[in-house]
Amino acid sequence: MFEIIGERINGMFLDIREAIVNKDPKNVRNWAVKQAECGAYWLDINTGPVASKEEQVEIMAWLVKCAQEAVDLPCAIDTTNWAAMEAGLKVHKGKALINSATAEQAKMDVLFPMAAKYEAAIVALAMNEKGVPKSADDRCALAMELLANADGYGISPVDLYIDPLVLPVNVAQEHGPESLEALRQIKLLSNPSPKTTIGLSNISQKAPNRPLINRTYLAMAMCVGLDSAIMDAEDADLVDTAATASIIMNQTIYCDSYIKIFRQR
Amino acid sequence: MAVTIAKERWTSKVAEMVIGPNDLKLGGESTLSFLHFEGAMPNRPVTSLEVFDMEPEDWPDMLKEAFAGVMNDPVAWAKKVVEYGADAVTLRLMSAHPDWKGASADEVAKTAKAVADAINVPLIVVGCGVEEKDGEILPVVAEALAGKKTLIGCVTANNYKSITAACNGYGHNIIASSPLDINLCKQLNILINEMGLPLDRVGFDPSVAGLGYGIEYAYSIMERARVGALTGDKTLATPVVCFVGENTWKAKESVAPDVVEWGPLHDRAILWEVTTAITFANAGGTVFIMRHPESIKRFNAFIDEAYKSNAY
Repeated sequence: MFEIIGERINGMFLDIREAIVNKDPKNVRNWAVKQAECGAYWLDINTGPVASKEEQVEIMAWLVKCAQEAVDLPCAIDTTNWAAMEAGLKVHKGKALINSATAEQAKMDVLFPMAAKYEAAIVALAMNEKGVPKSADDRCALAMELLANADGYGISPVDLYIDPLVLPVNVAQEHGPESLEALRQIKLLSNPSPKTTIGLSNISQKAPNRPLINRTYLAMAMCVGLDSAIMDAEDADLVDTAATASIIMNQTIYCDSYIKIFRQR
Repeated sequence: MAVTIAKERWTSKVAEMVIGPNDLKLGGESTLSFLHFEGAMPNRPVTSLEVFDMEPEDWPDMLKEAFAGVMNDPVAWAKKVVEYGADAVTLRLMSAHPDWKGASADEVAKTAKAVADAINVPLIVVGCGVEEKDGEILPVVAEALAGKKTLIGCVTANNYKSITAACNGYGHNIIASSPLDINLCKQLNILINEMGLPLDRVGFDPSVAGLGYGIEYAYSIMERARVGALTGDKTLATPVVCFVGENTWKAKESVAPDVVEWGPLHDRAILWEVTTAITFANAGGTVFIMRHPESIKRFNAFIDEAYKSNAY
């Protein structure tokens, strides 16, 4: 089943930033509940740039607790601060999602053992110190590195969410089909297949008519093997698109109420 | 080199339903049928035999012989069913059918109450099959049986509202029936659930067919629903009720006495019912409503074997 990773609990948004600064959980809880009602499967938690590296550790744990007090959903702990990552994992109930590793060996050697230790799933980006690959083949080569390293640390492919990286269509148009082709190939890398994910909103950065671009790309990506996306769960048309694509791809059994049911998982 | 056995990792399980005075549990599987090495099948499939609330004239002699002397008395018939070792009694309210006796809701409710009071196993109550009439009588039956935790059916997309409300209010469970169509089956479960009846109190009847009469369609639907259930589709994660007897005793293979190449009638008729039931047990069936006492014995013999752990 398609997994929506709700992107809204992020310190980049003003209301979440205020919640962090004032230590007031209200907005965090509200967004947790709202995203759950919209069909989110995971809640992405990102402290944003508000605090110092040291403060982020405590803030991450606080955000995870606030979110999970409000709803019974697992969190995607989204940070490049490893101490904050571990603090979030420590207080997390259920299976967490680490967001994210890359194919850089140093990162894999820290985050994969952490995923194994906390029995968490993990998002891994198909990029390394050289940056984002241009072609589908290069993305897949890095995906294979991720898969092999994850396996080495005992992480099952079904707990590995590989992100082939989506770039804005208005400035990096040639990447659009490469990311789609990479998704298709990544699903063939192992059996069971690794999971796949993307940061969906990237595709429409700074373009007009963003919602249309987002939902068009989502449907196209689901057609070639996208299992989850970090996205705006509040965009009803976008969630309806995911529900419909999942029906057309025969991933869930059709019924007349499928759009409503999609949000009730 | 050691062989690694591939095991499917299911993420969800079938709801567990509790029925009757003895809190009989149904469903709860976390794997496909009898794959004990992959997951749990905590509750045995449940057997039941049918009791009609008035003597059925069109039953074959083999069935009439098995229930000789009790077929005009539903209470005595129900006790006989318990004596034969069925896990549950299924009372079919045929007298309400306009073509049979056209009995009123109060009349059939009285019979249902008398039967429920006379047995210590769960009662399954099935209407006469006419949607409109069942929509009238079953709510009254549900009220008369308040607190008995029975399984009441069959509701369809056309009459589920009144029956669901009554089942919810009086503590019963419901059988949702759809005509060999998984999409309608799922939709009906959703509609019933939206009226407030929890999904662990809904069982579905996919309208099974007997061996030789399209059994493969029902098998596929049941299996598809079960795979959906095990991969997280809660609206299909409900126990499955199989009306085996109703369908197999209509087959010519179960009644034709003198077909030499088919073998003796008695064995053939029982085998027809048992084989149909076993087929559905493998597809994910939960409740098996049959008609001949010998069939439940043979079915249970199969379940005894299939229930032995093959975990490793």
